[in-house]
Amino acid sequence: MRTLVCIKAVPSSTEVKMDPVTNTIIRDGKQSVVNPFDQAALEEAICIKEQLGGSIIVLSMGIPATEGLLRDCLSRGADRGILLSDRAFAGADTLATSYALSCALEQLRTANEFPSLIICGKMAVDGDTAQIGPELATTLGIPSIVNVEKVLAVSEEEITVRRITDLGREIVSCKLPALITVTKDIRIPRMPSIAGVRFGETGPVEVFGAQGVGADATRCGLNGSPTQVVRSFTPERTHEAITIEGTSSEQAAQLIDVLGGFGL
Amino acid sequence: MSGLVVDVSKCRGCGRCVRACASQGIVIQQRLAQVTPNCIACGMCIDACPFDALSIVKDAVDTKSDANGVWVFAQYDSGALAAVTLELLGKARELADDSNTSLTALLAIDSEQECNEIAQKLIAHGADRVLICVDNRFANHTTNVFAAWICDMVNEYSPAILLIGATNFGRELAPCVAAQLRTGLTADCTVLAMDKETGLLHQTRPAFGGNLMATIMCPNHRPQMSTVRPGIFPPSEYCESRTGEIIHTKLRDSIEPNVTLLEKLPDDAGDSLLDDDTLVVVGRGIGSQKNLPLMQKFADLIHAGLGCSRPLVESGWLEYKHQVGQTGLAVAPKVLISIGVSGAIQHLAGIGSAETIIAINPDASAPIHSVATYSIKNDALEVVKELVEQLQP
Repeated sequence: MRTLVCIKAVPSSTEVKMDPVTNTIIRDGKQSVVNPFDQAALEEAICIKEQLGGSIIVLSMGIPATEGLLRDCLSRGADRGILLSDRAFAGADTLATSYALSCALEQLRTANEFPSLIICGKMAVDGDTAQIGPELATTLGIPSIVNVEKVLAVSEEEITVRRITDLGREIVSCKLPALITVTKDIRIPRMPSIAGVRFGETGPVEVFGAQGVGADATRCGLNGSPTQVVRSFTPERTHEAITIEGTSSEQAAQLIDVLGGFGL
Repeated sequence: MSGLVVDVSKCRGCGRCVRACASQGIVIQQRLAQVTPNCIACGMCIDACPFDALSIVKDAVDTKSDANGVWVFAQYDSGALAAVTLELLGKARELADDSNTSLTALLAIDSEQECNEIAQKLIAHGADRVLICVDNRFANHTTNVFAAWICDMVNEYSPAILLIGATNFGRELAPCVAAQLRTGLTADCTVLAMDKETGLLHQTRPAFGGNLMATIMCPNHRPQMSTVRPGIFPPSEYCESRTGEIIHTKLRDSIEPNVTLLEKLPDDAGDSLLDDDTLVVVGRGIGSQKNLPLMQKFADLIHAGLGCSRPLVESGWLEYKHQVGQTGLAVAPKVLISIGVSGAIQHLAGIGSAETIIAINPDASAPIHSVATYSIKNDALEVVKELVEQLQP
C-alpha cells in the first residue's frame, strides 16, 4: 500500500509571540516545525504501513529549508520526500497550493506511483483554513473524507473511517484512491529511532521547481491565487480587567460573590 | 513578474522586515531592504514596515465578469435548517442591499414533502429567490453530490458572492466547490462588508488561532466565496409577507455519491467540554498533579467542566479531551475560570469565545490577564483552597 502524507512547515508553536508595538507575530526563532496535525497524519500512515506493508511519501511545498522537516519525517518512518520549492510558488493561497501539490501527484500518476491513500492534517495551526485537503482531492478527482478521528479498516481497495460531523459521528467508507484529513488526536507521533535518524540524514528527498512538476506558472503562487490579503491586524482587546484585591481569603469571598452573580 | 517589491525612496533600512520574516526572504544590504529568492510573499514584512516601503505587486489579470447577486447555501440537516443558514441570510441581505443586487438561497434536499415549506421559510428570512433541487442522492450529505449541483448552478447563473456556513459540512463542501470553479475561498470569516469603492467583498477572518485578523479580497474571480463562522451574525428576522421566486432545478444523472455512509453514531453528549456553560481551566501554575483533585472538587462545587492547557496533557496529567486551545477544543462557555494558566496565544485562541473570563495567576504580566474580565493576581493554589473551603457546605 502506497500512502502519501502532505506536510506543512509552521512556526514553532512555543516560539510564537505578538509584538505589542507593531502588532505582528514575532518569528525571531525562525524555527519551523511540522504542523502538529500533519505529524498525526504521518503517524497514521506509519501505522497503516506497519499493518499492510508498502511505502510512505511525504510531500510539502515550501522554502528550501523545509527539506529538513521532510528528513525528520523520514527519520520517523516515511520512505521518501518530495519538496516543491520555487519562487514561482511564493504567495500561494489554498487554490494555488493545492494545484501545485496536485502537479506533484500527477507526476507520480504518470510514473505509475500514484498513492492509494493521501492523508492530510485536518488543518494547519497557522492558517486554520482546513481547505487544502478537499481542494487537493477535488483537483485530483478523487473522493475526500474530512475530520477523520479513527481509521477502522483499510485495504488496497477501500477505507472505512469514523469521522466527526455537525450532528455527531459517522462511520463511512469509500473506494481508494482517496484523500482523508485527520484530527490531531488520531495518533500520538512517535520519536525517531536511531536507525531512523540515520535514514533521515541520507534518505531520498527530491526537490522540484514549478517546471520540474509540469506546473502551469499562471496557476502557481501569487499569480494563481484568486485571493489577496488586503491587510492584517491584531484584534483589539477593548476592556480592562477588574482586579480583585485582598488576601487570598478575601479574594475567594469576592470571587464567590461574582460567581453568585452568574447563578453559580 | 509578480512578488514583493521594495520602494527604495521609503525604505530606511531599519530591519523590522527582516525580523518579521519567517523564511529569510528579505535582507538589509547597503541600508536598504532586498528581497531574496526565499521570499514566499506572505506579507508579514508589509505589516511590520512602519514606512510603507513594501508591497506585493501582482501581474494584472483581466477577467472582467458580469457576475451578479449574493448567494447563500442553505444547510439542511435531519429535518431542520442549520442555525448558521439564517445568520447567513441576514448578513447576505445586507450585502445584497448594499450592492443593489438580489439574494438567492440554494436548497439541496432529499425530501419532496418539506421542500416548499423550507423554501418559503428561506424567502421569509430574506431570500428573493430559492434554487431548489430535490434528489435522494442528497440524503447522506456526501460533498461531491452537493458540490456538483452548486457548480452547475454557479455556471448557469454566475453569482458574484457565494456564502457557506463554516460548519463541519460547509468547510468540506466549500473547498470542493472553489477548487472546481477555480475561484478564491476565504475560510471561517467573522466580518463581511462590501467595499464601497471597488464593490468587492471584504472578507475578514482570524488567523493564527484568532490572534491575527486578515482582511481578504478576491478581485478577479467569481464567485467570491467565503465560509462564515456560525454564531457570529444575528439570525435574520422572519417576515411572513415577503415574497420570492422558487426555481426547481435538476442534479446531473451522472453524479453518484463517492462516499458511503455505513452508520450514524449518536453524539456522546455530556462528555464534552463544549456543552458546559461553566468551565474551570487549569494550567501549569497549579504546581503538581496531586493538586488536580482539589481543582476537580472546585469545578464540581460550581457545576463546571474541567479543562486544561496543553502542557498538562503533554505531561499526562489529563486526557486530550480536556485540552483547551488551538490544538485542543475551542470552547465558548458563559463563565470560564482560568487557574494557573499563563495564556500562550494558542491557548487564548481556544477561549476567545468565552463570555466572561476570570483569571487567577500570580504573574501580573501573564497574557491571560489581558483577556480576563476579572483578575486575581495571587497564588492559584491558595485561592482555590480558600474557594473550596468557603464553598463547601
